[in-house]
Parts: sequence; C-alpha cells; structure tokens
Amino acid sequence: MAKFARKDKGGTPTISTASLPDIVFMILMFFMVSTSMRQTDRLVNVTLPQASEVTKLERKDLSSYIYIGTPTSQYQARFGNDARIQLNDSFKTIEDIRDFVAAEREALSESDRQLMTISLKIDEDTRMGIVTDVKQELRRCSALKIMYAARKKVVTAY
Amino acid sequence: MASKKTPEINGGSMADISFLMLIFFLMVTTMDSEIGLARRLPPMPDKNQKVEDLKVNRRNIMDLKINSRDGVMAGNKIITSEQQLEDLVVEFLTNPANSETLPSKKVEFIEGFGDYAVSEGVISVQNDRSTTYSKYIEVQNVLVKALNRIRDDFSRANWGKDYINLTEDQQSIVRKAIPNKISESEPKDVTKKK
Repeated sequence: MAKFARKDKGGTPTISTASLPDIVFMILMFFMVSTSMRQTDRLVNVTLPQASEVTKLERKDLSSYIYIGTPTSQYQARFGNDARIQLNDSFKTIEDIRDFVAAEREALSESDRQLMTISLKIDEDTRMGIVTDVKQELRRCSALKIMYAARKKVVTAY
Repeated sequence: MASKKTPEINGGSMADISFLMLIFFLMVTTMDSEIGLARRLPPMPDKNQKVEDLKVNRRNIMDLKINSRDGVMAGNKIITSEQQLEDLVVEFLTNPANSETLPSKKVEFIEGFGDYAVSEGVISVQNDRSTTYSKYIEVQNVLVKALNRIRDDFSRANWGKDYINLTEDQQSIVRKAIPNKISESEPKDVTKKK
C-alpha cells in the first residue's frame, strides 16, 4: 500500500499580526486629528437645521455653546418635553445666560474677549419664541457675535 | 569586550495598547464640525437714548415676515419658493433698472476701487414667536445666498473671479460695495392676536 505522506499538518498558516499596531495607530491618529474633545454631556435633543451657505467657525477655542431643544428621554419626566436651554451641564433659564456669558468671557484672555462667539445649537423644531428671548438676553450682555450652528445641506445634483 | 545584547522588547501587546487608546478617543471626542451661519446682533439700544425711528426711506426697507404657520412674505408678495425669494432679494439689493420703488443708491468712494453706487437697501426679518427655527434658518440661508450671488457677480464683472478666490484687499472692496444689510430687528409678533 502506498503511503501518502502529507507534507504539513494541515490548517492555514497563521497571519502575521506584526502590522496590526501600525494599522490601529493609524486609525487612532485619524480620530485624534479629526475630532475634538467632548465638553459637555448633551441633555437636550438637537437636530441642527440644514443650510447651504454655511461658514466655518474660525476659532473653536473662543466659542461657547448654548443648546436649546427638548430634553432627552431620561429627563423628560422631570423637565417635560418643552424646549429647554442647556448651558454647560445643566438645564438653565434665560436669566442664567447673563452669568454664563460673564463666566465664559472671564475665562478668555483680555485680547480675545471681543472675538468670543456664542454658538447657538438649536433644534430645528424649536419655536422662535425661546430663541428670540435668548437673542435679546445676549444683546443685553453685549455678546453680539453669534453663530447659528447648522448642518451642510446635501445638494442632490440631477 | 563581551557586550551583552539587550533583549528585544516584545511588541505583541502594542496592538492592545493602541486599541485601548483608540477606544478612549472614540468615547471622549465628538466629530461635530463647527459650521453655521455667522451673524452679528445689533447692540442693545441705550436706555437713556430716546427711541427714535431711524428715518429710513420706505423704499429702502424690505420687510420679510415669517408668520406662525411658517408662511413667508417679502414686501407685499407671498413667497412660495426659495428661488423666488432669492431672486426678489437680489433684485431688491441691486436695483438694476434704477426703479423708483426699489432702494436708492448712494455714490461712495471706495479705497482702491473708486466711486461706486452702493445700495441703501435694508432687509428686516421679522418672525413670530411660534415660527419654527428651521424655517427661520432657511430664510436666513436664502438671504446669505442672495448676498453671495450679488458679491460673486460683482467680483466676476471686475476681476473675473468668484468672491472666494479674490485677495484679501479685493474682498474688502467687495464687502464695502455690497454691504451685508440684513437687520435682526426688534422682535415683534407678526401674527396679530385677536
């Protein structure tokens, strides 16, 4: 009887994982460059409205954020589902904006204070009433540079 | 001299470490890009100052109203499409035929360019308290779009390039010739309550 000896013991040869760290580091670098640190936890649902003529915010470090939208589901029992204002990490009212702006302005250096921008991240279904109130309060605090945060409109070409 | 070879460091755990860092970054960072419509609010009028109506000629103001049902009205026309509003705004701000009912122009000297008839038109946006934010942004967006269109036309006529491709000096000339006259007016309820 002929003996058919198999040369190797079967099974696929192991794939070299030597380049795995390199690949993961590459992904890591990509994320480090393209993302920014999360500053606050979102307490409100915000779907930004779409706009086609958007401009980029020049100095991200000089901007403060005001979120307006309906509270997320876990907070709806306590705060209802009417549009609310979120400053930093908590729900606030119109009157608190003054202190918020003052604190944010204080945190900046003297020369940068004029350049401070308030970025308004407002849900697209919010009614303008609360937005107008916020805008009036910002005018009163003379924080006049604002930005309506928006999404880039997806233009479908035919 | 017998030199002892340093033992090679095992790099096998490198992947684990970098995965750990990757996951950390995925958790703590956000990818929101900071884009939007930049605006400058008018300063609050001084309390001591008497509220005097700016004597702006009637023909120089375009009232843009958004009511509680997101209906838009510009001047006395009901707006049905974005394109219609854009064309209307462009016509209002350029006044190509020097019509009597559209804004007047004032010849101003612009440094580095010369005399140019600058339009005195102002667009005043008024909205109701129950207008949705998305509609408001949509209208604001159209206004910016119309302004960009006029600026592009002006740039192309003079330098053969779009506004965005001009040099810093040329851009400032364009900005002076075609100023951004969108006023965030004092809030008032557009829809009359009965």
